[in-house]
Amino acid sequence: MNHGNTSAPADGLRLRASGLDKVFVLHHQHGVQLPVFAGLHLQVAAGECVALTGPSGCGKSTLMRCLYGNYAPSSGLVEVLHQGQWLDLHRGAARQVIAARRHSLGHVTQFLRAIPRVPTLDLVAEPLRRLGVDDTSASEQAQALLGRLNVPQRLWSLPPATFSGGEQQRVNVARGFIAAQPVLLLDEPTASLDERNRQVVVDLILQARARGAALVGIFHDAEVRQAVATRTFELGAAPAPTFRSPAHV
Amino acid sequence: MTDDRLLSVQGVGKHYGARWACRDVSFDLWPGEVLAIVGESGSGKSTLLNLLSLRTPMDEGAVHYALRADGNTPGGLHNLATLSEARQRLLARTDWGFVEQNPRDGLRMAVSAGANVAERLMVLGQEHYGRLRCQALDWMQRVELDGHRIDERPTQFSGGMQQRLQIARNLVTRPRLVFMDEPTSGLDVSVQARLLDLLRSLTENLGLACIVVTHDLAVARLLAQRMLVMKDGSVVEAGLTDRVLDDPQHPYTQLLVSSVLTP
Repeated sequence: MNHGNTSAPADGLRLRASGLDKVFVLHHQHGVQLPVFAGLHLQVAAGECVALTGPSGCGKSTLMRCLYGNYAPSSGLVEVLHQGQWLDLHRGAARQVIAARRHSLGHVTQFLRAIPRVPTLDLVAEPLRRLGVDDTSASEQAQALLGRLNVPQRLWSLPPATFSGGEQQRVNVARGFIAAQPVLLLDEPTASLDERNRQVVVDLILQARARGAALVGIFHDAEVRQAVATRTFELGAAPAPTFRSPAHV
Repeated sequence: MTDDRLLSVQGVGKHYGARWACRDVSFDLWPGEVLAIVGESGSGKSTLLNLLSLRTPMDEGAVHYALRADGNTPGGLHNLATLSEARQRLLARTDWGFVEQNPRDGLRMAVSAGANVAERLMVLGQEHYGRLRCQALDWMQRVELDGHRIDERPTQFSGGMQQRLQIARNLVTRPRLVFMDEPTSGLDVSVQARLLDLLRSLTENLGLACIVVTHDLAVARLLAQRMLVMKDGSVVEAGLTDRVLDDPQHPYTQLLVSSVLTP
């Protein structure tokens, strides 16, 4: 992998969140406020895989989305190292955040957001083509990764909308790993996979760590977590929601 | 740092009588960016599109656009209001595109498909019949139209084919900025998906900047990196498309997002 002028800082940090608060305000539910977490600090360095842990509903997925930039923190900073510079994901210009996601910050979501009509092979090759890799080479790498993840070759030319849950997840994993970004966020990447394919994903994660990627993941499967995580980051239970006083409703 | 903005919109507004159809809209657009403007009917989004594309004169504010350098004008951002009408027209016909919701409004229905595609090239002074026809064929194929139908009139095409023909007609001069007004909403759902996929690959492969007006949040999600949400003529929320749709902040955006039926 070649990321041009990337010069990682000496401490190897790739992703950092500081003073992170998240409160959802539901304007159409009488302004109810759902606090998720407050004052959260997280730093992730190259070669680390941090497993987010805590009870269901404690905000693991919310934190992941704040780290990717599709949730806005109520206060605090999320910064990713992009081409040698720290980029604030929430105050940075949209085009810089898009560029950072292409080059520096990958995300394997739990579910595939299907794009109508786009064949599986193109979907997986797309992140590479967006980095300027030529069609042939991007397609070859996509084929290799789909093969490794045991996605049957007869499916490669079809859009994944009608695939089984496990097949869709493996397409999603392939799409998430192919560009080999220096930071990867993994939201339950093995949730609907059988034993054999779970092991393939574990190997992909270990390989990413070995090449110096910084990873943050949610792994409900304890075996997977033990195999891939270098440490855990525990989130406490979310505080109770607060309602506006009746005078304001 | 050099200023590489393609379009800069500052405080743009338009009123009809005492009512402001849209007001105080400001944003910048960079080359290759796709921006969606969403909102319900009457929110002012189509008025805004018409102001930006110089189809309707604005009552306040200014739009600057990065002109291509030529013999008479240096490149870089120019206030569009300072350009002559002839220059504005040329800009709209060459460096811009405008895809109408109803393809009949954007096509000449009485001339052939090929002539529709080639018209903008003729505006630029190309006269060689063979070369014009060749480029028209090339663009028909790029939008997945059967080249054998180059001599047919658009009236013989289906709605989805007409929309693809309109897109080819707009892209033939390699514009850098394309305005689209609800480009898929007049079409059957099955045809919409195909057109969206085509638009998505064309904008990416050609590095087109686009401003797409749509009431359909799924269209915004698929095509645009950024979006503006409009209500009563004002922008109430702006940001990365997935941030606005996944974690809407403004009450109106929350209402829009929570009102969508997901099959």
